[in-house]
Amino acid sequence: MAEQLSWKVGGQQGEGIESTGEIFSMALNRLGYYLYGYRHFSSRIKGGHTNNKIRVSTKKVSAVADDLDILVAFDQETIDVNYQELHANGIIIADTKFKPVKPEDTDAAFYAVPFTEMATELGTSLMKNMVAVGASCAIINLDVSVFLGVVEEIFGRKGETVVQKNMEAIQHGYDYMKEQLDTDTSALQLPPADGQKRMFMIGNDAIALGALTAGVRLMAAYPITPASEIMEYLIKKLPKVDGTVIQTEDEIAAATMAIGANYAGIRSFTASAGPGLSLMMEAIGLSGMTETPLVVIDTQRGGPSTGLPTKQEQSDLMAMIYGTHGEIPKVVIAPGTAEEGFYDTIEAFNIAEEYQLPVILLSDLQLSLGKHTVEPLDYSKVNIRRGKLVTEGIEPREDKSYFKRYEVTEDGVSPRSIPGVSGGIHHVTGVEHDETGKPSESPANRKAQMDKRMRKLDELTKVFPNPIYTNAQHDEADLLLIGFNSTGGAIEEAMVRLEADGMKVNHARVRLVHPFPTEEILPLIESAKQVAVVENNATGQLASIIKMNAGYPQKIKSILKYDGNPFLPHHIVESSKELM
Amino acid sequence: MATATTFKDFRNNVKPNWCPGCGDFSVQAAIQRAAANVGLSPEKLAVISGIGCSGRISGYINSYGLHGIHGRALPIAQGVKMANKDLTVIASGGDGDGFAIGMGHTIHAMRRNIDVTYIVMDNQIYGLTKGQTSPRSAAGFKTKSTPLGSIEQTLSPMQLAVTTGATFVAQSFSTDLKDLTAIIEAGIQHKGFSLINVFSPCVTYNKVNTYDWFKENLTKLATIEGYDSSDRQAAMNTLMQHDDLVTGIIYQDTERPSYQQLVEGYSETPLSEADLDLGAEAFDQLVKEFM
Repeated sequence: MAEQLSWKVGGQQGEGIESTGEIFSMALNRLGYYLYGYRHFSSRIKGGHTNNKIRVSTKKVSAVADDLDILVAFDQETIDVNYQELHANGIIIADTKFKPVKPEDTDAAFYAVPFTEMATELGTSLMKNMVAVGASCAIINLDVSVFLGVVEEIFGRKGETVVQKNMEAIQHGYDYMKEQLDTDTSALQLPPADGQKRMFMIGNDAIALGALTAGVRLMAAYPITPASEIMEYLIKKLPKVDGTVIQTEDEIAAATMAIGANYAGIRSFTASAGPGLSLMMEAIGLSGMTETPLVVIDTQRGGPSTGLPTKQEQSDLMAMIYGTHGEIPKVVIAPGTAEEGFYDTIEAFNIAEEYQLPVILLSDLQLSLGKHTVEPLDYSKVNIRRGKLVTEGIEPREDKSYFKRYEVTEDGVSPRSIPGVSGGIHHVTGVEHDETGKPSESPANRKAQMDKRMRKLDELTKVFPNPIYTNAQHDEADLLLIGFNSTGGAIEEAMVRLEADGMKVNHARVRLVHPFPTEEILPLIESAKQVAVVENNATGQLASIIKMNAGYPQKIKSILKYDGNPFLPHHIVESSKELM
Repeated sequence: MATATTFKDFRNNVKPNWCPGCGDFSVQAAIQRAAANVGLSPEKLAVISGIGCSGRISGYINSYGLHGIHGRALPIAQGVKMANKDLTVIASGGDGDGFAIGMGHTIHAMRRNIDVTYIVMDNQIYGLTKGQTSPRSAAGFKTKSTPLGSIEQTLSPMQLAVTTGATFVAQSFSTDLKDLTAIIEAGIQHKGFSLINVFSPCVTYNKVNTYDWFKENLTKLATIEGYDSSDRQAAMNTLMQHDDLVTGIIYQDTERPSYQQLVEGYSETPLSEADLDLGAEAFDQLVKEFM
């Protein structure tokens, strides 16, 4: 029996590779297996190699697997590019249509299966992915009846015949493969799963669901990879709560429209990736200066410029912390899992309103687009906090003096009246202003207002829930691994292997990257012999932030990957050993 | 029950920092009069402005006001209106704000047709940066940035608006306080986006397009016999014949619904009054869709 299984399907973009993976994983999810998927794709619609790698286990998995058990190939490129991931007991199943050639230097078993031909016999070559799913089931000994519900859900609209044909295609693939199999596949068979129903979603789904649960009513956004799924989910759901999504003319309009809506008292936000965030920077400064709540989601992808638009990277960190000219209070949150993506998005909206500032929720492509099993989300943990929002009861003033919207207070947060509220009239401007919002260049006022705004960050590292996720079993570790966003899963697996080799390893994942939780991370750094910061960028941005805040420039080293692909556990194991 | 307001209710105690004689003073007065005439109370009006001399206008009216960033008054204003449909939202700024840096937003606000009244104070020059050319400057116009005279074509916002699908297109002159006030009232009452371009002379940096120049060159549409503002073709012809130098309501489409009337499922009451709690039952349903 296998503890876990790693399965990959590959072919040309646009020929159903994604749906093959989708159907296979949906059925496994319904059986109660834990899944972790990662899609490798290109910035084009038709053509180019794409693959979908899915890890299956009876236990929670949070990283892309190092190796591969089964490779399903719809073209030779899939074999050539991916076969080296296969371990010795692995299996390649390839469509006979492209006359597949087995690589010479592999011990993996190799089967040519007439995916396309069998599908064509059943009526349409489109069902070749179903044949491949059936063949995969034969290898891992999975009863194909579990696919019935999934197929009905996907093709039910198209009628009973289509459902039946697709089920037949799966069955034919299964039968054919069973007949051909002459290798022992018992090591590829998973123990039965617990049958528990769990959510199976991409990180962007979790973020979008978080926004909806937080009470968002307007999303203003411009399409971009890998953020668009957030707006696509909400355009279906927001009308049910009387709200909507507006696809704006650009990201500047998206951010400023969201600012306008927040100013007028609703929860509104936008989501984008690096290029969009670059355009939004002036608006983010306006939010900071006018103390107007604003949530922006940044799903990081390969930069700079257009960069690697469909690839994993974590190189926006510095830009998100320091972006916009001048100095504003800003909060940058980096969830590491889809669950965190859900809860942290809600928290982002709460913080934006309580502290009246811009909050950037940082994700990355692996988290945003990778489809994961998600533990039940607890609605009772959801609470909506709107801070010092004033909607009624303001004493009228006869002299037309403005409401003190920017009153200097101890915590830096001032009462916030919104348009429509009687007695709450004030001015809002990105120009430096006094307590009522009127422009002021007085040095004393400038200092008072700047100090007031910046004071809002003072307590944040204390009030933010778990600013550092820690898995620290050792009082004195040989190595402390630090990461943020989606690298946590690979780090945790690397830890297990390093521990097995006798090394004491602690893990700290930074969830609140700005303001930086120095006090929370410092004891872990101090007590470790070595520190390695694992990040998907070329310059070690998080490492720099940590050194700047916590010191220890000699002790803190970097493990970097910026080739567009996510970290696999073995990368971290090998790099860690080199550092020691 | 709110008592009737007068334009004085929309005056605040801030002294504008515009140059003496600036056309923007009259625009400010016209907005204050129009707001009172349509029966608004100050807290139900939000004036959203851009950057430049004219962008300061949101601070000179006793109402809610937001002075944003250069060229972005329109998306901010649209966000405000989407959040609270009961507010009257006026966006305003200069020709540089609306027709140069913010042109993308201007075109799309016209297409989108959210119920915002956009008042452009058009002085054909960049004033606050001390006199550079604008998209509205005439070809050959000499400024600090075009010492040999502008070699670019002058933009025609009115013709552009008519072709872009704007549902309310009007032009006025800042000294015609009565006409300007009436046009702003009509713009506020129009269900959808309204663009009002106001010739508002810059007495400091524009020595060509002066008050006298406009008086000499402008034609009131009211003096053109049989002019029909619902006729889009006639609107284009008239603009072309008069080199855009006309005042009045050039074009109005009263049939097309506003964006908010077309949004599926959009709230009948201001979204800003909504209870944000989704409820456990609705949440469970959403969660199940991912299983």
